[in-house]
Amino acid sequence: MEKQSYQRCRMSLQKGKKPIIELVDVWKIYRINEIEVPALRGLSMRIYKGEFVAVMGPSGSGKSTLMNMIGCLDVPTRGRIFLDGRDISKLEENELAQIRGKKIGFVFQKFNLMPSLTALENVMLPMTFQDIPRFQREDTAMKLLKRVGLEKRIHHKPSELSGGEQQRVAIARALANDPEVILADEPTGNLDSRMGTEIMEMLKDLNKSDGKTIVIVTHDLNLSRYAERIVHIMDGKIIED
Amino acid sequence: MLQDYLKFALSGIMHRSLRSYLTTIGIFVGIMAVVALISLGQGLQNVIDYQFKKIGSNRVLISPGGGGVEQMAMSGYTAAKLDDSDLRIVRNVRGVEYAVGIVMATGKINIKGKTKFAPVLALPTDARTTDFLKEFDYFIVEQGRYLKEDDKFSAIVAPNLGIDLFDREIEIGDKIFIEDREFSVVGIQKKTGNPFHDMKIVIPLETGEEIFNKTDYSLISARVKKGYEPADVADDIKKKLRRHRHVKENEEDFSVETAENVVGVLKNVLGVVQIVLVGIAAISLIVGGIGIMTTMYTSILERTRQIGIMKAIGARNSDILTIFLIESGLLGLAGGIIGTLLGLAISKSVELIAAEYGLEIFRAYISIELIIGALGFSFIVGCISGFLPARRASKMNPVDALRY
Ligand SMILES: Nc1ncnc2c1ncn2[C@@H]1O[C@H](COP(=O)(O)OP(=O)(O)OP(=O)(O)O)[C@@H](O)[C@H]1O
Ligand SMILES: [Mg+2]
Repeated sequence: MEKQSYQRCRMSLQKGKKPIIELVDVWKIYRINEIEVPALRGLSMRIYKGEFVAVMGPSGSGKSTLMNMIGCLDVPTRGRIFLDGRDISKLEENELAQIRGKKIGFVFQKFNLMPSLTALENVMLPMTFQDIPRFQREDTAMKLLKRVGLEKRIHHKPSELSGGEQQRVAIARALANDPEVILADEPTGNLDSRMGTEIMEMLKDLNKSDGKTIVIVTHDLNLSRYAERIVHIMDGKIIED
Repeated sequence: MLQDYLKFALSGIMHRSLRSYLTTIGIFVGIMAVVALISLGQGLQNVIDYQFKKIGSNRVLISPGGGGVEQMAMSGYTAAKLDDSDLRIVRNVRGVEYAVGIVMATGKINIKGKTKFAPVLALPTDARTTDFLKEFDYFIVEQGRYLKEDDKFSAIVAPNLGIDLFDREIEIGDKIFIEDREFSVVGIQKKTGNPFHDMKIVIPLETGEEIFNKTDYSLISARVKKGYEPADVADDIKKKLRRHRHVKENEEDFSVETAENVVGVLKNVLGVVQIVLVGIAAISLIVGGIGIMTTMYTSILERTRQIGIMKAIGARNSDILTIFLIESGLLGLAGGIIGTLLGLAISKSVELIAAEYGLEIFRAYISIELIIGALGFSFIVGCISGFLPARRASKMNPVDALRY
């Protein structure tokens, strides 16, 4: 298993970088009414700092489950996950919360903004949970909203924004704590192709100019060309890297 | 940070339906009862303390009949009588420093052609008695002078008599007729807040005995010497009077009371008020608490996805717990604000009604401490009710919550 994963990552290895994310023989088994559903079956992979990775695969193949593992939203049933060299597979929920707050930025298919908060407040929220003082939060949030081109919409609620605008707020929010990794599970799934392209350009820019590590899940082959590395998953295993 | 959570919880509340506010009815009824309880209870307690001060803790009151001073004042008549021989007995009891006999009657009063009836008290006018009476609030003269030894047809008039019965102020030097005999007003008594004492007329004892043709006392008031327990002295007086009047124990045709006894009636009223209100408060706070708990469960279910989002962007369990505790606390506070206002309104109305009946000494107790305390309490009740739902929210698994 170890050997295989090394092989798979040989391209990146050649670059001679340190992996920021490493999964070693990760299993995730859901249990519904005594029936075991394995979503990940001994998956191993390495993602290096500054990579832009696209994860592809059929529905139900375990892409979202993989993203949850990388994003510290869930712990594996078996196997180990290292984030920046630290084993996170056995951590408590509170520690995971702190780590994902600092190191991970999520962009979801359904935008997932807080409906009662304005764009600005939504972007400030991750910083609130990291106990960052208010003036600094407001300042950072303004800059980020400007960067995604929404400086005229800061006081709008999500319901007053278009899908593309909402997803841009979500990207600004994902950047709030200046994380090392941005995880986007089908970020363009709910957008038309023009908006989708815009979002992908934005992610590409974050990867190129800010050096952020980006992992996206997508079904769209057109969009996957933005990535420098494509990982294909089937039945909870990597079939092509 | 707390400020952000407060703002956040507030926006959570704003998005709620009217129905969720209705669940705070229990809280507001409960807080209303608590506020009324404290406000009225403390008001009554103040009356009790005041009465105690007024009667004096070193007094023993002896009245004819078995019903005590209260009944005596109400009916004004009993078959049993207290006379000079009883007064002498009381004066000779160990521990009694001094005792005064008072004749009380309802007199026909005529002022400027208008005739009304009012209580008349006839009291000895010697210097020692006057000094003794000055210790009572009920006999303090505010304008003019006290009665003197050689006064015969002089009267001291209570402050409400003129306005209430004759639609005119009575002044020093005015002539009034009591039982068709002319008296001149030499003093105006201080206002006491007690309706009986604010309507009475005080005249010299001998004059009273003469015009009412009455030599028995309606009341004997005794002062206990320093170092003696009023209750013990009262027991002793009772024993001596029984022997003197040839009556058996528990068949007395007279009553002996101390300030403690008289105030005891008020304390009983206070006790009943407290039990009723504590009952209402407890029941409705529990009902209100359960109401808040159920709306919080509903609200948390409705916002499962939001909880997932917050966790995904780094909220710790304690953050989620705090947000929802504040939210349920604010629901409690919302009920508490209405409850406090209504509670204060209730006790203020009781005060106004009491004043209407002449009980002006009763004041509802209202203070900033009471208001802040009640609001703080309602917030805490809200927090406690919301604890279980908030804990459930905080323990949600982020992945499941996001899929919701
Ligand atoms: N919370 C869960 N409880 C039970 N089973 C789950 C849970 N999450 C995922 N699964 C199962 O695990 C498998 C992988 O699910 P996952 O969501 O990772 O697939 P996916 O590749 O993201 O699919 P899609 O492209 O449709 O989003 C599926 O069979 C799914 O039914
Ligand atoms: Mg998925």
